[in-house]
Amino acid sequence: MKYALFLGCTIPARSRQYELSARKVAQKLGIELVDIAEFVCCGFPVKASDMKSAMVLGAYNIALAEKQGLDLCALCSSCASQLTEVVHHLAHDEKAKVEVNEVLAKAGLQYDKGTGVRHFARVLYEEVGKDEIKKHFTKSLEGLKIANHYGCHYLKPSEIYNNFDQVEDPHSLDEMVALTGATVVDYANKKRCCGGPVLAVDEKTSLAIAKEKLDDIREAGANAINLICPFCSVMYDSNQKGIETAFSATYNIPVLYLTQLLGLAMGFDRKELGLNMNVVKTKDALAKYAGGD
Amino acid sequence: MADIDLTKADPNFRKELLAQPGGEKISACFTCKTCMASCPVSAVNSKFSPYRIIRLALFGLKKEVLESDFVWFCSSCYACQERCPQGVCITDFMTLLKNLAIKAGHAPAGIKAQRNLIKGQGRIYAIDEFDNKKRNKIDLPSLPTTCEVVKLLFPES
Repeated sequence: MKYALFLGCTIPARSRQYELSARKVAQKLGIELVDIAEFVCCGFPVKASDMKSAMVLGAYNIALAEKQGLDLCALCSSCASQLTEVVHHLAHDEKAKVEVNEVLAKAGLQYDKGTGVRHFARVLYEEVGKDEIKKHFTKSLEGLKIANHYGCHYLKPSEIYNNFDQVEDPHSLDEMVALTGATVVDYANKKRCCGGPVLAVDEKTSLAIAKEKLDDIREAGANAINLICPFCSVMYDSNQKGIETAFSATYNIPVLYLTQLLGLAMGFDRKELGLNMNVVKTKDALAKYAGGD
Repeated sequence: MADIDLTKADPNFRKELLAQPGGEKISACFTCKTCMASCPVSAVNSKFSPYRIIRLALFGLKKEVLESDFVWFCSSCYACQERCPQGVCITDFMTLLKNLAIKAGHAPAGIKAQRNLIKGQGRIYAIDEFDNKKRNKIDLPSLPTTCEVVKLLFPES
């Protein structure tokens, strides 16, 4: 199993623990991840200002992978959604493809058929499979109560994702987390957005959206949140203290990436999974399960 | 919420929207408010409601739609689009409105800044030598600190 690893903007600069743990988990499972240094932004942040430029940016990245005959694997849900959408769109719009190729030619590239695009969590769920993942576990996470946050673009818009999971009743993350022995806790508004995209427009509204979910997760008695998108992590992990201050609340709920959680069950230690880089301290909640410093 | 003043309506705005990707199906909206009930932003901020923006657009209230802040409150989460019983691509429509607002010169500073960053350096967060040092320390590969090709990828500027 071999993919071009698409890191996007946020992960290599702000979420190195996600990249680190994903590479560890991939290596353990025999997924070869190829780095392409020429990759640029996926185009998602440009969509609001200019859909055409966003599509060209996406197509540029896809064409780079296509040139090497590789499918793309993204760690960020927005990158996965943007790149999948470009492939979907260009497969159905020959005129747009011609226009895109006119621009790409200036950069010496050509978009032909595009490539497969997968979120890393989807690769784990669909391509590797639960039985294979479980074979590599050496430690049970029994006793840990996890609230899964699916976020939005891992599953939506559903028309581009071939229904690999259900938008209104998602279960792929729940199933993978349950493999570790941890208990998956359900909570109100599980499918709701983190509020991240509104942060640059109106901080108060954005934080209020994130706060609602933190309230629901606390209410459900979870020890930690599990998620798969760096921007969702910014909202719940990096901004948790700010939300506590703004709304006079206390949460102290660690926020883990799926790859850190699976990595723990695979026997990696704290440092190998970058658990020391998470903002909300993970040491107490994970004391039973994570060795190392 | 302010009353809608129909004397300011521009009938061509509706036609313009219906002809563009994301706007094709907006006239099918029958104001059931499923979008509003699904919207994470409406849940915490009553200033924003997707069905109201669709109504204003259908009435042709161009200035009110494109100059208002609330188009930018849409988080692009697709909850409304997934649930719309009339098949209106509401999230895509909001993206269309954002594009039109920018063309008309109305954009929050943060949105313009993001575009300029990407156009200049290929990423929102530039990677410098210090970042690469931190990356190398935990055995992550270095990434390029500059990007020339990205300027060629913005067709309309």
